[in-house]
Amino acid sequence: MRHIAQSLVGLIITLLVVSFVIFLVMEAVPGDPAEIILGMSAAPDTLAALRSQLGLDQPFLVRYSNWLIGLLQGDLGDSYTYSTSVSQLIGERLEVTLPLTGLAALLSVLISVPLGVLAAARPNGLVDMFASLFSQIGIAVPNFWVGLLLILGVALTFGWFPAGGFPGWDAGFWSALNALILPSIALAIPQAAVLTRVTRAAVIEVTNEDFVRTARAKGATPSHALWRHIVPNAMIPIVTMLGMQISVLIAGAVLVENVFTLPGMGTLAYQALAQRDLIVIQNVVLFFAAIVMGINFLVDALYTVLDPRLRVRR
Amino acid sequence: MTSHFRFLLTTAATVSLLAAGNAIAEPRTDLILGMSTEPSGLDPTAAAPVAIGQVVWQNLFEGLVAIDKDGNIEPELAEDWVISDDGLTYTFNLRDSVTFQNGEAFNADTAKYTIDRILADDSVNPQKSLYKTITSVKATDADTLELTLSKPSADLLYWLGFPTAVMIEPTSEATNATNPIGTGPFKFSEWKKGNQVTLVENTNYWGKAPKLDKVTFRFIGDPQAQAAALTSGGIDVVPEFTAPELVSQFEKNNTFSTVIGTSGMEVVAGMNNAKKPFNDVRVRQALMMAIDRQGIVDATNAGFGTPIGSHFSPSDAGYEDLAGVLPYDPTKAKKLLAEAGYPNGFTFTMKMPNRTYAERASEIMQAYFSMIGVTMIIETSEFPAKWVQDVFKDTNYDMTIIGHAEPLDIGIYARKPYYFNYENPDFNKTMVEVANAKSEEERVAGYQQAQKILAEDVPALFIYASPKIGIWKSGLNGMWTNAPVPSNDVTDAFWKE
Repeated sequence: MRHIAQSLVGLIITLLVVSFVIFLVMEAVPGDPAEIILGMSAAPDTLAALRSQLGLDQPFLVRYSNWLIGLLQGDLGDSYTYSTSVSQLIGERLEVTLPLTGLAALLSVLISVPLGVLAAARPNGLVDMFASLFSQIGIAVPNFWVGLLLILGVALTFGWFPAGGFPGWDAGFWSALNALILPSIALAIPQAAVLTRVTRAAVIEVTNEDFVRTARAKGATPSHALWRHIVPNAMIPIVTMLGMQISVLIAGAVLVENVFTLPGMGTLAYQALAQRDLIVIQNVVLFFAAIVMGINFLVDALYTVLDPRLRVRR
Repeated sequence: MTSHFRFLLTTAATVSLLAAGNAIAEPRTDLILGMSTEPSGLDPTAAAPVAIGQVVWQNLFEGLVAIDKDGNIEPELAEDWVISDDGLTYTFNLRDSVTFQNGEAFNADTAKYTIDRILADDSVNPQKSLYKTITSVKATDADTLELTLSKPSADLLYWLGFPTAVMIEPTSEATNATNPIGTGPFKFSEWKKGNQVTLVENTNYWGKAPKLDKVTFRFIGDPQAQAAALTSGGIDVVPEFTAPELVSQFEKNNTFSTVIGTSGMEVVAGMNNAKKPFNDVRVRQALMMAIDRQGIVDATNAGFGTPIGSHFSPSDAGYEDLAGVLPYDPTKAKKLLAEAGYPNGFTFTMKMPNRTYAERASEIMQAYFSMIGVTMIIETSEFPAKWVQDVFKDTNYDMTIIGHAEPLDIGIYARKPYYFNYENPDFNKTMVEVANAKSEEERVAGYQQAQKILAEDVPALFIYASPKIGIWKSGLNGMWTNAPVPSNDVTDAFWKE
């Protein structure tokens, strides 16, 4: 209990620092939201009227504390460009980004864990050679480029998947899911490449441990030793990596969503930055920060599940 | 099988075949457009009107007058009007029995409300200054609106047809950005943010019913993705396609029509006229003569677009081709530079917005300038945020390049402050004459005079008028070829198989 309370306090302090840094950075970035909204022909008095309407004429600390107070009350403010509440915008976008990153994480695990384990089972074998080729290419190739290749090579050639866009979940589960398949593959491949390497290395390391030899000496078959003794013990580095990868997945979603024109958090962040929709950027970045910290928290908690020894020590 | 049953079966088969045949022959009544930019709200009277107008202008919102596809002023919610001899009083006779899409009536009071709102002290109308000659707005009776001006303004009628002056309904004013209410043939249905806006037919429309019943505007920023969406059938039309180098793949494909028109956008390389050496007209002329505009059009736009010699678009009435006034002539350019005291050239910085056309054009200009000994350093500036701050607001730049999208905007060279820092009393006088023009001929003549002054004085290097490259599926009719006003008027669009 005390441990969890401590982590929570730490989480809140970190978020507070993050929020201040974000606000400070947005303050320093050149560009006036009013000028961008009204365009190049707007007269100075019109700009001033809009600035006061948006509350941009107030001092820095007032605006910052207003934001914090709003956050505490669950009010993230209204987007300058969409005139819609930011929480509604984020909610709508999560309907795309959460399934997208979730699907990508699942795919990368489904590809990398079996591939890494099989590669480690027979180092320098055929599977291992394929795995190392795959991870070489996967690490070298950025996800947005994989996305473009998938659009050209799969979507336009075969027509099984749309080349971009998102029909919305109300258009039917399958057609919405269909629109997420290519983007999640694009997002998953570079992650799977990294994860394959980590899995292979972790499994090989555990294979050389004494207890594995003991298990084999006691008559465990190679596959029994692999799946019952080696893989469970190799899970800690794999899960650690997966936790770190999820933050990378979220960052990667910004690019992939733009390539596939998916209305997710990534396109929202990108567009808000270009439009200097400061209130949206602040909240989106803070939200991302909170997710990354939340995942680290979960990964921490998961260690104790995966490794009973850690439970005993606490 | 009894004969009776067989008869039934045959009949059923025939009927279903006929039904299927009918379904195929019936033309579609929906349309999906692809657009590069998602608008900031849907109220063209409260934010920069280009992307907003491309969705709602004419389709959802209407004005007292409208600009048609050839750039002419046409009656719309005003049936006709009278302008007093001194040009100071405009009396509009409004159409009766027009209602807004929420059921409220449109009349002289709502029209007065709309125009008063543009002019109010706390107005956030981006084009407020275009209407500032209006000093009073009076609703003389339910169908008559009277505007009084402080001085003649020959362009006022044109600006009343512009998206920033569309008629709004007072009770929906605050929510027009997210749930717009207008008088047009289409009404708002849904906005999936970051994805698409859908309009549906307004069955209570006062005028001719549109042939479409559902219009969807999908926002796809990347031109490659736009091309992919067209090919895969996700969208039917891209009215302003931004990747000219991909056009040929559609020209070869007869399931698409490729229609090249002009937009009101001029791409110009503005210079800081207050700064040395750009304050010397000989230097500016030399730079103009150093570049081959057609070469830039070929390289940046795959040959689409019209080289221009002044700040005027071929789609505007009164356009004169002045590209020959300072033609491509590097030898002459070098001589002019020497006369101005720069026989060995000079070095300056181009603040280049990170837009594809600007990047391509800058690189070519750099090469042309190097041939007359002038070194241009290219510095990328994030558009719009950083560019607007540095160039537009602080005028902290030597040269830049940007497309001016607003129609009929030659008057910016008389505006103060404006990023060119250009000062020419002759030009200012001509713009006043244009505003005071009593007749259309006089107004056009004034604009032609203004074009000529700029062509000689080159406060900016005039490069080209942007093409409007429209690509749509064959069978779609009634789309505009040109875009005199940034818009996608689909009120006359229809499918024919």
